[in-house]
Formats: sequence, structure tokens, C-alpha cells
Amino acid sequence: MKVTFPHMGNQYVGTKVLLEELGVDIIIPPKCSKDTLNTGVKYSPESICLPLKVNIGNYIESINMGADTIAITGSCGPCRFGYYSVLQKELLKEAGYDIDVILLDPPQGDYKLFFERIFKLTGTKNPYRIIKALKKAYNVLKAVDDLEDMTYYKRPREKVKGSVDKYYDTFHKDVRMVYGYKAVSKLIQETKERILSVEEDPNRDVIKIGIVGEIYTIIEPFVSLDIEKKLGNLGVEIDKSLKVSRWLNEHLFMHPLGLSTEKETWESAEPYLKTMVGGHARETIGYAVRFAKSNFDGIIQVYPLGCMPEIVAQSILPTVEKDYNIPYLCLIVDEMTGEAGYMTRLEAFVDLLRRRKETFKGEKLLSGY
Amino acid sequence: MAIKVGIPRGLWFYDYYPLWKTFYEYLGAEVVLSRPTNKQILDMGVKNTVDEACLPVKVFHGHVIDLKDKVDYIFVPKIMSVYEKEYICPKFCGLPEMVFHSIKDLPQLIDVEINFNKSRKNLEETIYKFGYYITRDKEKIKKAYEKALENYSNYKMKLRNGYLPIDGKFVDFNNKLDKNIRSRIAIVGHTYNMYDSYTSMNLFNKLKKDKVDITVPEMIDFEIINKYANELEKKMFWSFGRKLLGSSMYFAQVQNVDGIIYISSFGCGIDSIIQDLFERNARKQGKIPFLLLTIDEHSGEAGINTRIEAFLDMIEWRKRNEGNLSAHG
Repeated sequence: MKVTFPHMGNQYVGTKVLLEELGVDIIIPPKCSKDTLNTGVKYSPESICLPLKVNIGNYIESINMGADTIAITGSCGPCRFGYYSVLQKELLKEAGYDIDVILLDPPQGDYKLFFERIFKLTGTKNPYRIIKALKKAYNVLKAVDDLEDMTYYKRPREKVKGSVDKYYDTFHKDVRMVYGYKAVSKLIQETKERILSVEEDPNRDVIKIGIVGEIYTIIEPFVSLDIEKKLGNLGVEIDKSLKVSRWLNEHLFMHPLGLSTEKETWESAEPYLKTMVGGHARETIGYAVRFAKSNFDGIIQVYPLGCMPEIVAQSILPTVEKDYNIPYLCLIVDEMTGEAGYMTRLEAFVDLLRRRKETFKGEKLLSGY
Repeated sequence: MAIKVGIPRGLWFYDYYPLWKTFYEYLGAEVVLSRPTNKQILDMGVKNTVDEACLPVKVFHGHVIDLKDKVDYIFVPKIMSVYEKEYICPKFCGLPEMVFHSIKDLPQLIDVEINFNKSRKNLEETIYKFGYYITRDKEKIKKAYEKALENYSNYKMKLRNGYLPIDGKFVDFNNKLDKNIRSRIAIVGHTYNMYDSYTSMNLFNKLKKDKVDITVPEMIDFEIINKYANELEKKMFWSFGRKLLGSSMYFAQVQNVDGIIYISSFGCGIDSIIQDLFERNARKQGKIPFLLLTIDEHSGEAGINTRIEAFLDMIEWRKRNEGNLSAHG
């Protein structure tokens, strides 16, 4: 059994550690590229959202490398991600790929089936082993996400442009070559030290932008056209509303215990959106408010064309923009998105934020602060 | 003077309006409906909604604007879930918020949350909340709901017998006994796309004029639909999608229609999945011809007409076995 799975930002590092620690053979799909997307678009329904198209591309590229089993997670609505698994199975069958699919949906009462599937995927019935591997995978994910956070801070401040990316890109290439928890952790630690040692320019005027939106789009750099790198190079420090490790912690460890780390976010969103509406619309709004409160200079929302929950959030965000007096930009991506137009909008937005900051600085001086 | 409650003629209107109309009228309110969709309503909606929203949501916003200066309350409930472990589309869940943040100077919205995802225990409490806008008399509210429910089941019965609520008015489509019938076609899609004659470009009446017998999922026994939908590999968590997928499997198996027309609005997230699975069922398993009409605010009627005519012709040729035309339209 050679298992593969779809990409989503740093998630592959965690999944790799999890399955390798359990001794499962895995095939990591190649980094998402234009080819991946083209393959996906070819086999997917026209009006489905972008993540599914990229996923299908991932699977087919992995199958061509020898994968014979796919592990897919799911949800139970109301966002259409919940029905991805069924549709993807159908699409792959139609495309002529005879492949085993292991669905890891939330159990919804049927625990027997859920555990059977986990045992099938992991090849062991020892829950202790599985939990140990999960813990390790979570630690690694957390470490990679911290590493990424560090690049958000360093990129706009680096003295020589591109130094951070040199180390960070090398990490993503090298991590595919090493095996198991120890080796991956070591690599993360080394990269961390390298990035930390990148020289900073103390005179940079760095502005801060909060990125909110649909989880897949903001986490997978290919789909958001490397928004973190683009903004970093424009001298912008960013923070994101959602991270893989945070999501895993929330859904795997907190939820079953009836807890949540997002209470503060939900409370921030409450005046605008009372309940969840599926996907991460509530988090989008909650984090927009939280970013505004912690003095970010602007907010960018990114989502794939047609994403239902984010459309609801998009209707509400202009009110947040007004209430907190914080500029807001909405970027929608699909397979037709062109890089040049995207870049222009980012540049214009960053220019606007800088001008705004300068004006406010002037005001402060005049009023005697 | 009686309190005026405005009910917008959009989205859940074709599924539920008799229920709420009777409910509020019994409580002594005056119920005001927005006008049937027209160009002005659509334009107002398009102007006041984010670009990405789908056509029915834009139309709904138009209806709210049409009502806003005429009434004391506008009825925009937050419908999360009407059956256990099922949901309605995310845009329904966030509808009151979308309306509230998109349109200025609104009267108060009746935005009570309807959520039976976990269980139906909160049904009574929910009903009271709806009633409190008019009266505090719990007994009266309870009675009003009973009355409303009665009216609602009559409404559903009428639908089953072939009276369809085109723009909210019943039109008789029950012409099974007519000898001049050319073919029998199922029209499927979300009710708000189908029965709004402006957005569906009068599809029903066009087909009726062409002597086509029409079937819709609302005419199929709900239990039959449920039976078929239970065969799905994974539970369909959208109530509307479940109804459609169930009926697609029914059509594919029973094969009592000559063709299926699916009306979908551009950008509908639910349709992007349901339509695809529906089509697979109908074409591959049932070998039934299938036509997808995607509508948005730019749809032209001439193009739609051509496609319908071609589809009907194709079905006729196919019936006469001319060259054994493929089911792929």
C-alpha cells in the first residue's frame, strides 16, 4: 500500500511524519504547480471550487508516481468540502484511475467504521502507537508553522532580498528527502537557526497586514500565488487567521472535549455574524476584528471563486472596515487568475497603506503628541 | 392599525410562504408580499449585493428593498437546518447578516434562528420567538402555528397534484390525460430558480405551450425520495441536495421521463456538486437525456429558447429512434 494525500501548505510535513512513524509507505505529491492545476481542471466539474481542482491534480500526479491509496479527510457540511470525498472518488473513477480511497470523515455516530478506516490506513490496531505518532506529527506541524511565522517577520526586514526564501525553500526541498520524526525535527531546527541568523535592516518601515479568508486558499501558497512572499518583499509583515497546526489542534484535540481555542475570535465576530455558517466565515470576521484591534494597518481577504461561506463574510467585512477604520482588500482566485493583475492590486493596496500611515504620523505631530 | 410583516418573494418563499403567511395573519398582522421579480427588483438587488453572490441571493436583496419602505418588519429568518444532521446552504445561514450589512435604512428584521441540526426539541421555543414580534400570547401563537401547519400541508398536497406556485400563484400543470402530449420532462433545481418566472425565463409556461408534460421533484412522494437518497454512499447534508439526488436516482431507476432539465444559478455551490452527481446518475445509469441551463443576471432569453427547442427536438428524434442519438444532448 502506497498512500498519498492532497496538499495544503505545510500539512504534508505533519502527515509525512505521522505515517512514517507508523511505518506506512507514502508518496508526497509534487509541489503544486500550473501542471497540477491544469490536470485537475481537466477532470473536475466546471463550477466546483478551486481546492477540489488542485486536489484532483495532486492525486493524479501521485498516482503517476506509484500511489495506490488516497487518504481524504472530510466534514459534514454545510460547506461543500463535506462532499469532496464522494465527488473526488467519482471523478477519479471516471478518469480511469482504479484506486483505493480511505475517507476519514468525522464519525457522526458510526465509530466502528471510523476506527476500521483508521486501522486500515495506519496498518496497526494499537491506539497507543497511533496517538504517539499523532502527537509527534502535531509537534512537527507546530514547529513548521512557527518557522513560517518567523519568515513572516524576517522577510520584510532582511538586508539582502531573498535570503529568507533561500533557506525556507531549501527546507521544503530537503524535508522530502529525510525520514521520520527525528530527522524532520532536526531539519526544522537547523533551518530555524539559519533564518534567525539572516541580517536585518533596522531602518525599514514595516507595515502589518492581516490575512483572512478561506482556509485552503490562505494556507496553500500556490493557490494564493505566494501572497506571503509577495507582501514580504513589499516590506509587509503578515499574520494569518488560520494555520494548519491550529486547525488540527482545534478539530482533533479540543473539539472532542467540547473545548475551543477560538472563543475569543467568535466573540469578536458575534456583533457581525451570530452563528457559524460553515467553512471559516466566522473566523474570517473574528480575526479581521482582532487584527484591527491589535493595530494592523490593513486586512486582505482571499478566497476561491464561489466559496459560499466567504461570500457571506465578504458582505459583512465592509462594515468591519468602517467600524474599525481599517482598509480592506478582497482578492478572489480561480484557475484564470493572472499574476500581473494580482500583483498590481497588492502593490496599490500596500502603497495606500503606506500613504495612510504617513498622513496619520503627520497628524499626530501637528496635534502635539 | 395592524402590524405589517413583509415577506420577500425569494429563496425559501416557494417552499414555505403559506406557512408563515397563515401564521402571521392568524396572529393579526397584515402580511405584505413583495412584487413578483421584475427588472427593477433584479437591478436593485444586483446593485446592493457583493458581486460574487449568486443570482437568487441578489434577487432576494431586491425583494427586501422592494418591501423596506412599506412594512414594519421584514421576515428574513436565519434558516440553518430544517432536518436533523442536515443543513441549508451557507448563504441561507448568513442571510439576515448579508441583508443587514448590504442594505441601509431597513425596518427591523425578523431574524430568528431555525436550527434543527441537533434535534427538534427547540421547535416550540423557535415558534414562540417568531410570534413574539406580534404578540406575547403563547396560546395564540401555538394555535397560529397549528393553523399554519395545516395550510402548509394543503399547499404541499397541491404541489404533489401538479399545481405549481409560479411566482406564488398556482398554475395547473396536471395534463397527464391530454392526448396531444409530445413528451414528459422533469424540471429540477432549486425552487427559487424554478418557480420565479423572471429568472427561469418562463420555462414552465414555455414547455406547457409546447405540449410537454412536466414533472418536478415536489410531485414525487417524499418517502420515495428518502428511500432512494438513503442509498447514497455518504449522507447528503444539504436538505435540498438530498431531495434532488434522491429524485435523480428515482428518475434513473423508474425511467418515467423522456428528459431532464436542470436549472442552476451561476456560482451555486450546492449545484456544483449536486448537478454533477445528478447528471452522472441520469445519463449513465438511466440513459436519460439531460440539459443544464445555467442562469445569471446576464442570461439572454433567446439563447435559452434555442437550447430548449433543440432539446425537445432531440428527444423527439430519439423517441422515433432516428439514428439512435446519444444521451449527451
